[in-house]
Amino acid sequence: MAAVDIPLIGGHEADSHGDPHANYLKAKRGIGSWMLTVDHKRIGLMYLTMVSLAFLVGGIFALLMRIELFTRGKTIVDAETYNRFFTLHGAVMVFLFIIPSVPAALGNFFLPIMIGAKDVAFPKLNLLSFYIYLVGVAIILTSIILGSVDTGWTFYTPYSVQTANSVISMTAGVFVLGFSSILTGLNFLVTVHTMRAPGITWTRLPLFVWGMYATALIQVLATPVLAITLLLLITERFLGIGIFDPKLGGDPVLFQHFFWFYSHPAVYIMIVPGMAINSELIATFSRRAIFGAFAVAMSSIGLAILGFLVWGHHLFVAGMSEFATMLFSALTFLVAIPSGVKIFNWTATIYKGSIVWASPMLYAMAFIFLFTIGGLTGLFLGTLSVDVHLTDTYFVVAHFHYVMMGGTVIAFLGGLLYWWPKMTGKMHDEKKAKIGFVLVFIGFNTVFIPQFIMGSRGMPRRYYDYLPQFEPFHKASTIGSWILAAGLFLTAYTLLEALWKGKTAPRNPWGSAGYEWATDTPPCVANFHTTPTIKRGPYDYHLATPEELATGWDEVESAHGTKPGASSSAKKA
Amino acid sequence: MANVSESIETRGGEHGHGHDDHAHAHPDFLQHHFDTPAQQFDAAKLGMWVFIATEILMFGGLFCAYAIWRGLEPDIFDQAHHFLNKILGATNTVVLLFSSLTAALAVRAAQSGKRNLTSVYLVVTIVCACVFLAIKYFEYSHKFHLGLLPGHCFGHPGLSGAIQNGQEIGTCLRVHADATPVMPEWVKAVDESGHMQVLPPRANMFFGLYFVMTGLHGLHVIIGMSILVWVLVKNLRGQFSPQFFTPVDLGALYWHLVDLVWIYLFPLLYLVGKPE
Repeated sequence: MAAVDIPLIGGHEADSHGDPHANYLKAKRGIGSWMLTVDHKRIGLMYLTMVSLAFLVGGIFALLMRIELFTRGKTIVDAETYNRFFTLHGAVMVFLFIIPSVPAALGNFFLPIMIGAKDVAFPKLNLLSFYIYLVGVAIILTSIILGSVDTGWTFYTPYSVQTANSVISMTAGVFVLGFSSILTGLNFLVTVHTMRAPGITWTRLPLFVWGMYATALIQVLATPVLAITLLLLITERFLGIGIFDPKLGGDPVLFQHFFWFYSHPAVYIMIVPGMAINSELIATFSRRAIFGAFAVAMSSIGLAILGFLVWGHHLFVAGMSEFATMLFSALTFLVAIPSGVKIFNWTATIYKGSIVWASPMLYAMAFIFLFTIGGLTGLFLGTLSVDVHLTDTYFVVAHFHYVMMGGTVIAFLGGLLYWWPKMTGKMHDEKKAKIGFVLVFIGFNTVFIPQFIMGSRGMPRRYYDYLPQFEPFHKASTIGSWILAAGLFLTAYTLLEALWKGKTAPRNPWGSAGYEWATDTPPCVANFHTTPTIKRGPYDYHLATPEELATGWDEVESAHGTKPGASSSAKKA
Repeated sequence: MANVSESIETRGGEHGHGHDDHAHAHPDFLQHHFDTPAQQFDAAKLGMWVFIATEILMFGGLFCAYAIWRGLEPDIFDQAHHFLNKILGATNTVVLLFSSLTAALAVRAAQSGKRNLTSVYLVVTIVCACVFLAIKYFEYSHKFHLGLLPGHCFGHPGLSGAIQNGQEIGTCLRVHADATPVMPEWVKAVDESGHMQVLPPRANMFFGLYFVMTGLHGLHVIIGMSILVWVLVKNLRGQFSPQFFTPVDLGALYWHLVDLVWIYLFPLLYLVGKPE
């Protein structure tokens, strides 16, 4: 029998009753089938639900914070509560949302599919990691109820040792979340090494998988250091062992070193997945192979390695030797090389590409634009003489948000819109998605451009009150936060609306050459009906057959006419 | 690459998935998402190595803190280490090294299909772990008794009412432990070899580090033991064969890590004195 693209054409009627070949959403029913599932796709969706809720909670804290800053003095809450708002905004966004967002949700869903595997290497460990995440969330919620934390998300000593709030439960929650992150990373590393389908060589690995691989490396190597740091902070509070306490001979700056040894690489845990998504979007909607795809892949690994060498740039004014600051400054500039490789190679890919302005592509373009601003302002902060003036101002806040929100969150939204049809089998309304994009883009810039200006004029971060000359900027920033929130809510509505009103999605609605689009929409339990053998790269548009690139809208419409709700190609024929 | 229409093909022709004709055997131990036993073994082994890497990095943070303190305060380490019992520490080192040997022999026995011998070696390893923990228990309780405790627990608050600063009670002189963390003054005490030693201020730093490092290691001994007990139960149920003994292999691998960490802890804490 000639082995022709079985998943592409469909018509696999003999197997539609077999368990591994059923639509993963419908193979089993009931809450129990979700709670105890070891299917990476279902675990990915459960993660997606949780991180979206965390994003909502963190976003509400951000909105409250911005409302408080709308006028000088007290607007809605007192200074103590404001301190808790910014701490919780940071802690929830960093530890509950952005670190697990792309890897644990989208990565879990697509990494095995993109390497042609049936599942991740350790499916039970994958489920365990989700439950550990839930335990971490529960501990953090308890901590919030018990009085919350006002230290900022960085838990700097000596304040975190002295403050009367529930630092122990909050750090214990973060400690537990770290385990979840480690297990996900470990799973992905092993999966990429051992589970690739025949023909998926390292050079044919999709860039999303490369990005997940680099992220997993950082998760596995950096997170244990956070674990021991938080453990020491907890023993410090319990027993006063004195490692970070100058009264007992310790050194509070050591905490900063330990903390940033994790948390700087963690910044790359957050941004590299965003870049990974962006590579997929750019290739699909330019209909071109990524320019220098292997260099883009290596730049992810480069970022993972460099990420471990630059933590000192968070401590330029904290008390380090002059020589050390110079060294860390120089190393920090090296980060611009892999970042630049990505930006230039994406731009070169778009050049003479056949561009489709779908909503995910709009997000991909926004990523390039916003991340470039975020990256270039990073150079200001890596420069010693400038950093001394900009440290702990709104400039840092704006820089960080241009990278994390303008980078990762934008890519996450783009990725969600891009893969939503594959995950749910339903198409969203492109018009609403684009309006949502415009609101997000305008809102985001309105929030943070004023913050760059304020910061460069000396407005310190984390302050409850401010001088009169900053008032217009704070007002603009707060109004921007409302536009941004409107855009995000509209996007969320668009995605949810697709679930009950959306058209049935075809196998490959965007006409991509990526491997994940070759299987059913939504995928079957085993991802592919048989282990695929891959004979071309994921961006080889010149090698892909017309039927592989066909969007399949005609087929869906004809199927839709005869059998509404038919989502699996197996049901046709 | 000539035939582009087959660029993503499936191997459906060889083994039909609807009616598996067992073109290759699919043994019971092989999980559904792996194609071959070799793939499953490779995944499990790599997973354990990566996990061991994370463990080493976690202990790495502690070793880093140790290195910084040791560099800043060599005298404290020199004087405080006399209060650790070298004989008991060395005994524990021998016990753990021996248990690593029996763990490795258990893997060899499992590999050659000798089920009973595997069980014997596993039991010996687990007994060694118990001996290690028992010795650690005696060491810890002695420290508790002397009040050589971390941080602001240093100086045994339970006895604080009965002593004054610098006054001798039993074999050890302590400072009064305040409710707030204070820097203990110079104290004199009889060390493990019966000599009167001077403990400098902030000696509680050393004991803080001692308890955190050995405590975390002790936790790993307990985890390692639990894994070995689980492996033993599986072995007694006859779930291993020369074709499948991965849990024995990985359990032993983890046990070697536990051993390895102690190999570093012992000299760094017990034998850290300056040369004469």
